[in-house]
Amino acid sequence: MFRGQYDNDVTVWSPQGRLFQVEYAMEAVGLGTACVGLKSQELAVVVGLYKPENQTGLSQPKIIPIDRHVGICIAGITADARVLGKYLRTECLTYRHSYNAPYPISRLVWNLGNKMQISTQRYDRRPHGVGLLLAAYDKNGSHIYQVMPSANVFNCKAMAIGNRSQGAHTYLMKHADTFPYCTNDELICHGIQAISYAASIDEPLKLSIGIVGKDQPFKILSNAESLSYQRTCKPPDDARNHDMSWYPEALKEFEFTENDDAGPSDQGNAPTSQPSHSDVTPVTSGNQINDNKSS
Amino acid sequence: MNSFGIEQFPDYKVPGVQHVDFSPYESNGGSIVAIAGDDFVVIAADTRLSSGYSIHSRDQSKLFEMSSKTVLGSTGCWCDTLSLTGLVKVRMQMYEHTHMKTMTTDAVAQMLSIVMYNRRFFPYYVSNILAGLDKDGKGAVYSYDPIGHCERATYRAGGTAGALLQPVLDNQIGYKNQNLSADQLPPLTKERAVAVASDTFISAAERDIYTGDSVLINIITADGIEERKLQLRKD
Repeated sequence: MFRGQYDNDVTVWSPQGRLFQVEYAMEAVGLGTACVGLKSQELAVVVGLYKPENQTGLSQPKIIPIDRHVGICIAGITADARVLGKYLRTECLTYRHSYNAPYPISRLVWNLGNKMQISTQRYDRRPHGVGLLLAAYDKNGSHIYQVMPSANVFNCKAMAIGNRSQGAHTYLMKHADTFPYCTNDELICHGIQAISYAASIDEPLKLSIGIVGKDQPFKILSNAESLSYQRTCKPPDDARNHDMSWYPEALKEFEFTENDDAGPSDQGNAPTSQPSHSDVTPVTSGNQINDNKSS
Repeated sequence: MNSFGIEQFPDYKVPGVQHVDFSPYESNGGSIVAIAGDDFVVIAADTRLSSGYSIHSRDQSKLFEMSSKTVLGSTGCWCDTLSLTGLVKVRMQMYEHTHMKTMTTDAVAQMLSIVMYNRRFFPYYVSNILAGLDKDGKGAVYSYDPIGHCERATYRAGGTAGALLQPVLDNQIGYKNQNLSADQLPPLTKERAVAVASDTFISAAERDIYTGDSVLINIITADGIEERKLQLRKD
């Protein structure tokens, strides 16, 4: 939506009292594929949906581990997310080194919000075009925080952001009251089912699942673990009138042997090629406009 | 270690005046022994922390677990030890974030050397021995001087009783000065390495006042790190 003359500069207000540049930055989050975050008493889960892989390269990472007690799932411009991830990692590491304790998460996101706000008020900066879902577990329990380009930070029971996340969001709202009492497996399954609403119905999901909780340092599930959860959770809702009996078989396509480092969730190997800004727009992905900048 | 003492400037000495010079270093005592085998490495350190003729603690471990395959034994000035091991841990975590894998023992060895040399003109007063499994799964022992000179060896003793222990290891592990031909040398087993390490410490506790109380032994294999404790003389 082009909003006219007051949108060229982040330091310019519109007559209605809006900052259009910041609002445009929020649109960038919607360009990235969906992310879902939810928590129970003892576990916080983030699930990221991968774009379909193009023929030339691997998918960009959706989940970035920050510290033993916190990890983030990103939607939007990956390069901006990397910078924020680097900041969070440095903060957590120096805090842990100085105080021999994990950085309390509410303070961490508060500081992040303050840092992001600067770029919404300076003429020589632009807002970060990425939305984050933070999953954390500290002495106050499990947390899901949503951070947006507007520098707003929200403490959430559950949240979905990114492209076509409204369906996921509705699912989460419907089941939100049951989450605090779910077992770990049930919670992960809820996350998978929520995010399936954001995927195209015809294809099996390629997901990245990150978990953190009591006695569980932040971990991205391996390809094998993630697939086994997808198999055991029931396939996306039958109310959408699709015969999903082919689903478990189709998941076999995503099985990788241990040596194969092409799996999107396999964070154990250093990625051999990550196209951060490849100039060639692949022919197969018709729907994505900013294919290689956002994920 | 006090190179800026009043002794350097005899003209400034005033009769009857007491000069108290500050020394940034202090020796907190302790000894370390490490022995490497074909698929294991044993590192042992005593648990006495002292200062002059006083004892700070009889139960302070000098072994720092850096990863599931690497243990750093540090003795000397305790404050420098804590600072150095904290720094190495931070650097290893940063490596893991960037490269998405744990640092190998060889990489830690090199990094430690660099970190120590960076303080060439105000050294860490620490005697380091790094023990771990290298990338081929073989035992590795790296020993350091205070400014980071690094050397890989099969066995090494460091700390206040280092000079007492090293010759014993030379004879018992290296079979030096024994009239044994090459084919008579038995391969080093884990049990023998632990036994020799334990015995050398018992001997060290007899003669070195800074070594004693108990010794903590870490045995690193592909299955993980096993810990054992042996009591020593408390005097």
